[in-house]
Amino acid sequence: MGNADDQDEANGRPWFNVEHRGRTLCLTAGGSWIVRHAAMLDAQLRAIDTEHAADVEIDGSNIDRLDSTGGWLLIRTKMAFEAAGTRVRAFAVPDLYAPLLASIEHEHVTPPVKIQEHDTLAAFLERVGWATHNVLIQAVGIVGYLGHVTLEGLEALISPRGNLRVTAIVHQIEEVGINALPIVGLLMFLIGIVLAYQGADQLKRFDLEILTINALGVGTLREIGVLFTAIIVAGRSGSAFTAQIGTMKVNEELDAMQTIGLNVVDVLILPRIIALVIALPFLTFYADVMALIGGAVMCYFDLGITIPEFVRQLHTAVTVNTFLVGLIKAPVFAYVIAMVGCYEGMNVERNAASVGKLTTRSVVEAVFLVIVLDAGFSVLFSVLGI
Amino acid sequence: MGETSEEPVIRLRGVVNRIGGRSIHDHIDLDVRRGEILAIVGGSGAGKSVLLRSIVGLMRPTEGSVEVFGRDVMHMSDAELRAVQMRWGVLFQEGALFSSQTVAENIQVPLREYTTMSQSLMNEVAAMKLSMVGLPEDTAQKRPSELSGGMRKRAGLARALALEPELVFLDEPTAGLDPISANLFDELVRGLQKSLNLTVFMVTHDLDTLKATADRVAVLVNQRLKVGTIERLRDDDDPWIKEYFSGPRGRGALGA
Repeated sequence: MGNADDQDEANGRPWFNVEHRGRTLCLTAGGSWIVRHAAMLDAQLRAIDTEHAADVEIDGSNIDRLDSTGGWLLIRTKMAFEAAGTRVRAFAVPDLYAPLLASIEHEHVTPPVKIQEHDTLAAFLERVGWATHNVLIQAVGIVGYLGHVTLEGLEALISPRGNLRVTAIVHQIEEVGINALPIVGLLMFLIGIVLAYQGADQLKRFDLEILTINALGVGTLREIGVLFTAIIVAGRSGSAFTAQIGTMKVNEELDAMQTIGLNVVDVLILPRIIALVIALPFLTFYADVMALIGGAVMCYFDLGITIPEFVRQLHTAVTVNTFLVGLIKAPVFAYVIAMVGCYEGMNVERNAASVGKLTTRSVVEAVFLVIVLDAGFSVLFSVLGI
Repeated sequence: MGETSEEPVIRLRGVVNRIGGRSIHDHIDLDVRRGEILAIVGGSGAGKSVLLRSIVGLMRPTEGSVEVFGRDVMHMSDAELRAVQMRWGVLFQEGALFSSQTVAENIQVPLREYTTMSQSLMNEVAAMKLSMVGLPEDTAQKRPSELSGGMRKRAGLARALALEPELVFLDEPTAGLDPISANLFDELVRGLQKSLNLTVFMVTHDLDTLKATADRVAVLVNQRLKVGTIERLRDDDDPWIKEYFSGPRGRGALGA
């Protein structure tokens, strides 16, 4: 068994022999019974036939290294013999390791842990059931929270409590509105270019390329401008709301606020909602302008339409109503995004994983709701004939 | 390889740490002997955890050498470092359990990574480690967020012990525990140290823990270490050390 020069080999491979002496089974073990070799020993030990012996002697006195995993393997084997009704007549290990084995045997009396199965059909059905249940709970929770915050908000607006926090609102407007200008502007400019290019490409075939401007103007002002801005803001600010409030919850800051007598809805939630409801229409207006500029640039280079021509054609294509129909959606989207962001933030549990999970969920829910609402608006407008 | 029992498990020579221009450690030397429990004490912000982090390789000291098991951990390949890492276990302050996994799965992470054990053996080992650190069996299926602070630390210790390390690092093992849990944790560390023949490197604030577990104490004061037994350090004339051992808490814990 190895040589003494090399530590790894000297304490090298563990071994054991099983020998039948009459009705007695002798198990002799040696080498190093350590965690590194446990996998091999485990399989071999399980293969021992525990049934056909009257009694057994376990001799581990040749073991030169033993750790708790190796010790457990010895003890488990002993327990397996006992469970099979075999008398264990002797159980010897070097004196050095006796206390370790005693403590394992003493403390470890209960059967091993059951690890839950994840891959059975029943488990799958259970997961589906739980997920459905959770979605329903979630929907009820959001509606309830919507009502709660709306009430508190109205109260704060009309009552003379004076607890509308103007500083916080202004700060949040800077965060969600002004700081979003570069990204929204750049993206909408590019989208304007893309729309104009695609429109021009198709309409050129009918010599109607001038109508590119109609398509771009109406599409951007009614739908694209507000929808894209809302989606960008949901990803940018909705997630930030969840993460900020969630982290504060993890740090017990929300609890601290309550004990000081601060109303969390007044201090954290309302400023964010009001700020976003104010900022998103402005952002949408800005996004519309940037998209039209992008479109105008593309029209100039692709179709040779000069800027004055573009403006004239745009004039005939869109009215103020076209623009307002798009803009009116902005506060509604803003309200939903902020509400979902704050609601999921309040749902964070006191662990780090929860913040990440709920931040993702908040963005997905906000984008989902924005698109659903946009579809709802389309139906509404078509019924109203706008 | 050839380690003798005389050789220290951890050997620091001239370790200097500067963070953001501020000097934390000024040429620290330290030997941790095999089989002892060495406790590092020092004021808040004195750099105890930084010292621990520089030994386990989470941080690179500005100067100096760090040897663990006689091997320079600052200059070794990833594979060599992994071989050394398998021989030590680290318990972080809050347990640092992976929050997406159950306690049993947490304990099995190192086993799954470094051994070829079957799932059933890993379950048995997880259960054994849990009972060794004094946690009830039903903890195995719980998630870290469902555990109390003390249980999280015990579970973290079970994970640190999964690969049967020779050396265990404990970062503030009793901070935030109630006195009874803290006492039990001290006994646990002492007991495991004896039965598994561990070397323990412990960062602590807790005078009771010091008294109950530590063989030697290293005081981190003025960016230097003073090492000795509690009895010897009590006679030291450094004002911080004097205040630490002879203040009201010190006298209470150590019996004046």
